[in-house]
Amino acid sequence: MGFLDIRNVTKSYGPVEVLHRIDIAVEEGEFLVLVGPSGCGKSTLLNMIAGLEGISGGEIAIKGRVVNGVHPSKRNIAMVFQSYALYPNMTVGQNMTFGLEMHGVPKPDRDRALADVAKLLQIETLLDRKPGQLSGGQRQRVAMGRALVRNPDVFLFDEPLSNLDAKLRVDMRTEIKKLHQKLKTTIVYVTHDQIEALTLSTRIAVMNKGHVQQLGTPKEIYDTPANLFVATFMGSPAMNIVPATVEMQNGQPHAAIADADGSIRHLRFSQANLAEWAGKSIHLGIRPEAITDPEGADRKSGNIQPFTNRVTVTEPAGSDTFVTMTLSGKDAIARMRADAAVVPGQHFDFAINMEKAVAFDPATEERITP
Amino acid sequence: MAAVTQDTAVSTGRFTRALIYLTLLLFALFYLLPLYVMGVNSLKPLSEITGGNMMALPSQWTLDPWRSAWSTAQIGVEPTGLKPYFLNSILMVVPAVAISTIVGALNGYVLTKWRFRGDTWVFGLMLFSCFIPFQIVLIPMAVVLGKLGLAGTVTGLILVHVVYGIGFTTLYFRNYYASFPTELVRAAMIDGAGFFRIFWRILLPVSGPIAVVSVIWQFTNIWNDFLFGVSFGGTSQPMTVALNNLVQSSTGVKEYNVHFAGAILAALPTLFVYIGRYFVRGLMAGSVKG
Repeated sequence: MGFLDIRNVTKSYGPVEVLHRIDIAVEEGEFLVLVGPSGCGKSTLLNMIAGLEGISGGEIAIKGRVVNGVHPSKRNIAMVFQSYALYPNMTVGQNMTFGLEMHGVPKPDRDRALADVAKLLQIETLLDRKPGQLSGGQRQRVAMGRALVRNPDVFLFDEPLSNLDAKLRVDMRTEIKKLHQKLKTTIVYVTHDQIEALTLSTRIAVMNKGHVQQLGTPKEIYDTPANLFVATFMGSPAMNIVPATVEMQNGQPHAAIADADGSIRHLRFSQANLAEWAGKSIHLGIRPEAITDPEGADRKSGNIQPFTNRVTVTEPAGSDTFVTMTLSGKDAIARMRADAAVVPGQHFDFAINMEKAVAFDPATEERITP
Repeated sequence: MAAVTQDTAVSTGRFTRALIYLTLLLFALFYLLPLYVMGVNSLKPLSEITGGNMMALPSQWTLDPWRSAWSTAQIGVEPTGLKPYFLNSILMVVPAVAISTIVGALNGYVLTKWRFRGDTWVFGLMLFSCFIPFQIVLIPMAVVLGKLGLAGTVTGLILVHVVYGIGFTTLYFRNYYASFPTELVRAAMIDGAGFFRIFWRILLPVSGPIAVVSVIWQFTNIWNDFLFGVSFGGTSQPMTVALNNLVQSSTGVKEYNVHFAGAILAALPTLFVYIGRYFVRGLMAGSVKG
């Protein structure tokens, strides 16, 4: 039993079921990120934890207490909203202590809690201002401060960074992570940004169409995606998905893929059980950083396969250079070192780290597990 | 509120501009003319009016017509002046405006932030009341007031105006609150505020502009109402009815100067409320920014 238990929870609007039997147990101090495209039900699930939406089936328990039907204010949770939802008529200080005031906490205690949190977030100088006089980043801090002051069991974040500009978003991301490491609080965080999910979380639930597609640590999600959806949704640029056939050579399974000129090349799999798939089609999944120049290849990998192919486009991005090529008729992207000597239109000797490659069943779109 | 700056306004030539101002000035004068006539004639003795030359300034300035209209003029059979009726109107209009505005605000709050099945229908029906002519409800209203024992009282008039005004005030507040972020209400719910606490602490403080609109609209309508006043006023008739009784009296000399003074007295409160708007706007300007 976890700290926050989501057991077989469903949500229906009339006859339409939008969340299907969600089952997640969150441990104390965990940072769980719910990530998925818009309309996947992640915000609905968060609102159900908060008590802002009813639960159609199953139950949600916080610290072992079932909270179905319990009023949001009695669940001992705090929420940070996408629009920050700061009360425009109150000062920052009043905003942050409003919850305590509603819960009947005496003024001296409120002031002490406010002072502590303001110091933690370095917003002491803002306490007398109105939200309208703050910048986006400051509002974000105040919104977090309002949640922290309550000292709740569970923090809920609803896409808190999506209203900030790119640079500030990265800063605040680090800030939130720091805060979590310092306070060891239990957090459920909703975002559609997979980078945020990977960087912040201790565990990720990837959601799509009301189902949890995969629940796991960022590394599990990134390296061994459960299916094609997770593989393509997580990571930027997305994982390259290339149609391939499994062929046996020297008793070892190989992926047969076509290069830009149409000739078939063979790449040895590290995954021995793919022998069962000999002669069948699969989808081969390779992360962009697993395709490099030979010098840039991962030294620790035991299975680097050479692959010569024509380069279509190069996109220098400062720290990396993204190289586009054609594999089995599809565009594939390689992430190279910035100084790799790649010229568009010419052939280049790539190195593919097949240890990191994954294979998917084209029929079910599930990963073929070793 | 988007500020129109010099950059965004269409630039015009000097001649066009002069033409525009001239036209505006003419129209302003045209509309100010009745007020001028009323003003000057309420400040001269009756003999100067009956002697012709209504447009001239008084040769002998006097406040007697105002005193007479206020406290001694013959209203119906009693020589009371307009004073008691003015009081009736105040006693009627203040609670009626306050109640209908508060109820409208609550309705708007419920219809946007505490949605329920069929709420759009409820709103539609309330809106319907904005389109019903006064005359249609006279008989049913009289029956209801009679049954309640409120016929011919100020309380009865307050009830009538509140019922009639709720449609409009609900419309104003509903549309205003519709653009108020629901996330704020949700945040307040998580913070532990209840239905009325959220309304009082979160929504009302930012409702200034729409409250001003609602108050002006309701005050103007209720103060200027004649039909309900004359139908249900009984012994506590409002100012409008008294003014009619003063002006339309068919006996004795027609004291035009007193009539003018009375008419201005009857119109003044709405004017004050209207000007008061700018005062309130000034008060609000600093607080609801952002």
